[in-house]
Amino acid sequence: MRFHGLRHRAATLCIAAALAACPATAKVISVSATTPDANEKLQEALILAEPGDTVQLGAGVWKLTDGLSLDVANVTVRGAGAGEGGSILDFTGQQGAGEGLLVTSDDVLLTEFAVLNTRGDGIKSKGADRIVYHKLRVEWTAGPRETNGAYGIYPVESSDVLIDSVFVRGASDAGIYVGQSKNIVVRDSVATENVAGIEIENSHDADVHDNVATKNTGGILVFDLPSLPMQGGHNVRVFENIVNDNSTPNFAPKGNIVASVPTGTGVLIMANRNVEVFDNVFDQNGTANVMIVGYRYEHKDPKYQPLPKAIVVRGNQHGKAGYAPKFAGGDMIAAAMGGAIPPVLWDGAGDAIVLDKVGVLSLNLPDVKTPQSEAKPAPADLSKGTPPAALPAIRLPDAMEAKVK
Amino acid sequence: MKRILAALAAALLCASGGAAFAPPGVDQALVESDAMPPKLSAFGLFRGNDPAQPATGIGYTLRAPLFSDYTDKHRFISIPAGKKARVAADGVIDFPVGTVLVKSFGWSDVNGGRPVETRLLIRRAAGWVALPYIWDADGKDATLALGGRRVSVSFKSPDGETHSIRYAVPNKNQCKECHSLSGEIVPIGPKARNFIPDPAASDKLRSLYFENPAALEPVMPQWDDPKAGSVADRARAYLDVNCAHCHNPAGSASNSGLFLRWTDDPAGVNYGIGKRPTAAGRGSGGMDFAIAPGDPGHSFLIYRLESTDPGIAMPEVGRSTVHKEGAALLRQWIAEMPKASH
Repeated sequence: MRFHGLRHRAATLCIAAALAACPATAKVISVSATTPDANEKLQEALILAEPGDTVQLGAGVWKLTDGLSLDVANVTVRGAGAGEGGSILDFTGQQGAGEGLLVTSDDVLLTEFAVLNTRGDGIKSKGADRIVYHKLRVEWTAGPRETNGAYGIYPVESSDVLIDSVFVRGASDAGIYVGQSKNIVVRDSVATENVAGIEIENSHDADVHDNVATKNTGGILVFDLPSLPMQGGHNVRVFENIVNDNSTPNFAPKGNIVASVPTGTGVLIMANRNVEVFDNVFDQNGTANVMIVGYRYEHKDPKYQPLPKAIVVRGNQHGKAGYAPKFAGGDMIAAAMGGAIPPVLWDGAGDAIVLDKVGVLSLNLPDVKTPQSEAKPAPADLSKGTPPAALPAIRLPDAMEAKVK
Repeated sequence: MKRILAALAAALLCASGGAAFAPPGVDQALVESDAMPPKLSAFGLFRGNDPAQPATGIGYTLRAPLFSDYTDKHRFISIPAGKKARVAADGVIDFPVGTVLVKSFGWSDVNGGRPVETRLLIRRAAGWVALPYIWDADGKDATLALGGRRVSVSFKSPDGETHSIRYAVPNKNQCKECHSLSGEIVPIGPKARNFIPDPAASDKLRSLYFENPAALEPVMPQWDDPKAGSVADRARAYLDVNCAHCHNPAGSASNSGLFLRWTDDPAGVNYGIGKRPTAAGRGSGGMDFAIAPGDPGHSFLIYRLESTDPGIAMPEVGRSTVHKEGAALLRQWIAEMPKASH
């Protein structure tokens, strides 16, 4: 009779599901790091999760061989912490997939876990609107190596992106990279020993603030590149960051644009318009604290705009800079200027306003087609123009902010 | 009361996976439901559940198949009785709800030629669904593997080389990574430009399944038959099937700006000629361009095709070996391009 009752109950449940067709209440799907076939079980959990669910990663070191992916909207992936004793997704033995975790659905929260030593990118999200990266660690534990993966945290083609309180180390391209996206906040995070610490590329409406970018090749990059579906980067604010000691020799694989970033770069702005750099603390950036340049490579994109325009630099604190400029001829210019070039370096293309009370060195190359060998370096005064109206702060949907409260 | 009983019957059927009580032949109700049955046999797609014997439908091959570690693929389409597929003007085949594309993967020298896995692409009312099944050790049925799996196999490729690999059966999401257009699942191979219905199928059979079978006129050349087309055309057919499912403006690699469809301008920068790496990381191999005309050794498209390192290899999923013959064709194509003048 018990059996009969059970069967009856199961049938009732099934009928209820068949008739109601309303979503089940949010549930927590827990997966243990020590489960046999943990890789497959975790991937299954990520597939079977329904909107509203949380996939809870157990504490411990997960030895994973294949990349994970999530394609269900409004799911939280939560671990037991990103540090020692937390939930560590270790991809040292990775055999497949271009990243450790790929998210392709909207309204996802990733929090409290670490992704280590992926062969390609760490965590990528593509077309994943309103994604929140919170309290995560992505790290290549051997430190800077050309064989490390490219990007640590990598949202692309997304609207409303929040990256909050993450730690990224060792990326052979950019630690935190936001590409072809809009309405972006990167804050309270640490990027160290990457080629680029934080990079905003072919994107618009971004606030990058209260981060520490240290010991990278270049601390914070704002780039725009040709021949991509979304371009015309603009409206980016870089403020209240600590950008210091970006002295790691460039270890990016050649061919990639960041392979051209000179060691010792603080903030580098290339081919964007309306970028504000203010109230940051700069120190010990051997090439320059702030660099403003055009895109000087050959390209065949008639729609592309290679010049930096309406760049504003104000209210920053400048420590030591320019004492080891790692661009062609930089050492000679430094020697001629008494051992260091000024903290702000401009290639002479486009326009910028620098209100900081420090020197600016222009290479006087207004046309991006002119080779750098024809540079005529000279001090420049960029303090005279009228800055454009200040950009408004980025506001993300309240539901995103609520997730990190 | 009647309605409740009907629902109960449906519920019980769902609970049993439909297998036990299903009549012989395809369980069309199950195909068109939301179910993901744990056993492949539930669908009734094969006679006697023998993967070599489709219960219904029409077999097909492709002018250029997606390379999957030298597997032989056996493909057929099950279209529900009374419905037909229609070839649209742009060559996309519109399959009716209830269609199942069935692909079995194996090697002639593994398990006596029995498939290792069978992937289903099911056209349901809400869209296509991809389900991967791995054949059980006894070969009698196959089990759903939503999370994918690695299977150790050893086989010989056509050049006689032995490969011992951990073959990756893709997980459900990885199926979608390749079969994705604007975030929705779509078939890759069955487009008129690539599609060859079983030559043994009679005109009558073709007409049974296709509204306009005459429109099934493949325009892409057989990729590996030098008599079928120029090196460039065969290379483009290869790229269309092996790359363009992601590398198109609505695909998984849309952000790369590298678009490799048969219909894309093969002289354009977006086809890779003189295109610098985007988000390629180690995939650039220290090279400046995806395709350097006349110089395959400095074309990182080749570098990525010839790598099996997950941080470098393209495609990103579905390949644990290098497709030497495919790479050789693309090398020849690039080598024959006039070098760019600087």
